[in-house]
Amino acid sequence: MARKPRLPARLYLILVVVLTYLPIAVVVLFSFNSSKLPVAWKGFTLDWYRQLFRDRALMQALGNSLLLGVASSFFAAVIGTLGAMGMVRVHYRSKGMMEYLSTLPIMLPEIILGMVFMAFFALLRLPFGWTTLILAHTAFSIPYVYLMVKARLSGIDRSLEEAARDLGAGPARTFFDITLPLIVPAVLSGSLLAFAMSFDDVVISIFVTGPTLSTLPIKVYTHLKTGVTPEINALCTVILGVVVLVLTLSFLLRTRREGSHPSNKEEVP
Amino acid sequence: MKKDRSWLLLAPMYAFTLVFVLGPVIYMAAVSLAHHTAAGFTWQLSLENFRKMADPVYLQCFRQSLLLAFLTTVICVGVGYPFGYIMARLSPRGKRAMMLLIMIPFWTSSLIRLYGWQILLQARGPLNGALLALGIVSKPVKILYTYPAVLIGMVYALLPFMQLAVYNSVEKLDWTLVEAARDLGAGPVRAFLTVTLKLTLPGLMSGVILTFVPSMGLFFISDLLGGNKIVLVGSLIQDQLTRGSNWPFAAALALVLAVITTLLLALYRRVTHTAELEVMF
Repeated sequence: MARKPRLPARLYLILVVVLTYLPIAVVVLFSFNSSKLPVAWKGFTLDWYRQLFRDRALMQALGNSLLLGVASSFFAAVIGTLGAMGMVRVHYRSKGMMEYLSTLPIMLPEIILGMVFMAFFALLRLPFGWTTLILAHTAFSIPYVYLMVKARLSGIDRSLEEAARDLGAGPARTFFDITLPLIVPAVLSGSLLAFAMSFDDVVISIFVTGPTLSTLPIKVYTHLKTGVTPEINALCTVILGVVVLVLTLSFLLRTRREGSHPSNKEEVP
Repeated sequence: MKKDRSWLLLAPMYAFTLVFVLGPVIYMAAVSLAHHTAAGFTWQLSLENFRKMADPVYLQCFRQSLLLAFLTTVICVGVGYPFGYIMARLSPRGKRAMMLLIMIPFWTSSLIRLYGWQILLQARGPLNGALLALGIVSKPVKILYTYPAVLIGMVYALLPFMQLAVYNSVEKLDWTLVEAARDLGAGPVRAFLTVTLKLTLPGLMSGVILTFVPSMGLFFISDLLGGNKIVLVGSLIQDQLTRGSNWPFAAALALVLAVITTLLLALYRRVTHTAELEVMF
């Protein structure tokens, strides 16, 4: 067993974490500042939050991003999970090539992916907008689900499925009763990661979106280029609040579950 | 035996990947050989786009991107390896708390976090205020819109990948091997270099790739923190596409960037003898 880290080592971790949170803290702080410029503290206000919820364009962009994230991570979850299940079963000669190709979207710098999507969609004469956004986001989301589910599947005893089949269960029943419950955590964490990537993506979205459709990161990017209003700070604070709430709840739930079953060895996602 | 229908499971992914990933990449490779005209491009085979890249301006751009990517990666290793290593030795509770602390910023918009750095680094910002108050400098120093600012932004955006990749691989390490090395007379440094480092190499290497590859193309970081002074290949491609509308040249630039990336991945497989990147998160 490894020795527990000593005090200086722990202090190092804390230092890095504090530095990580510094810019976030600044953004949150200035969302409550009554001055429009983020240089000096002029007093507490909630005005920016009021303005934020009245800003139709920004709210629309937020809605678009949520919808896009849900749609693309859903398609990625279906395609990626099926792909992972297929990949562990077959032995084609083209398998290695296919594995390389299916992870290619996360191996290429985003800028390249963005430009090839744009050029290709223009070639196919697809209308730039929802179709192109969802296609592009699904394409770069598949690898996250695929890799996660495949890693989980390779740790699963295949004889469980075979036993179910021997006992007379059809392929569908075997999938829903045996395989799916075993891989659900991996499918979920893969799709969550895909959602996070989609929700935060600016590079690829800029290339494939249409003239009238804007996602939240695109909107934020334009604001940052042309001049930020503290509304953006307020929006970030709201999103941060939701994220902290959700992640902390899942953390606490997991800790509690483990507390009641001390023998449960937990897997870090 | 019944006919194997497993290929049906693979079919959607094969189809999607071939049409929407391989298709676009091949198309881009073809466009890079086309001839640029005022109206767009014509299918006239030429190497003009690649020859154009030999121009010192563009070579400088590649050099700058590679240097920035290199420095970013080195700093991420320097900061992230010890972090992942120490984190993997915390108690299970500590590990999960630390994982939570890393995941929260990851879920917040990366653009907003860069904006936080813009505020921190500006001439009248908190950092300069602190430096002035401590008497380290006598008047505000310019940090925002300089090379170091871009480097800070890059390291900041990519560090979590290194932290998690190293963490995952140290977490899986069999510590009895390290103990055995120590029992056999190896000092702590030697035991680390010959056992720990060697066994965690796949994690380290995937961290290196996950920081190096994106840092070549994250144009919005140099855009927001570097002003217009640092032109990366990424910004150049975007510029060629939007303002210059020179698609063949942009495609050629992207192709060269993709080749560099692929070569690095091949090197990764060679060095670590692994076919896949360490799965993270």
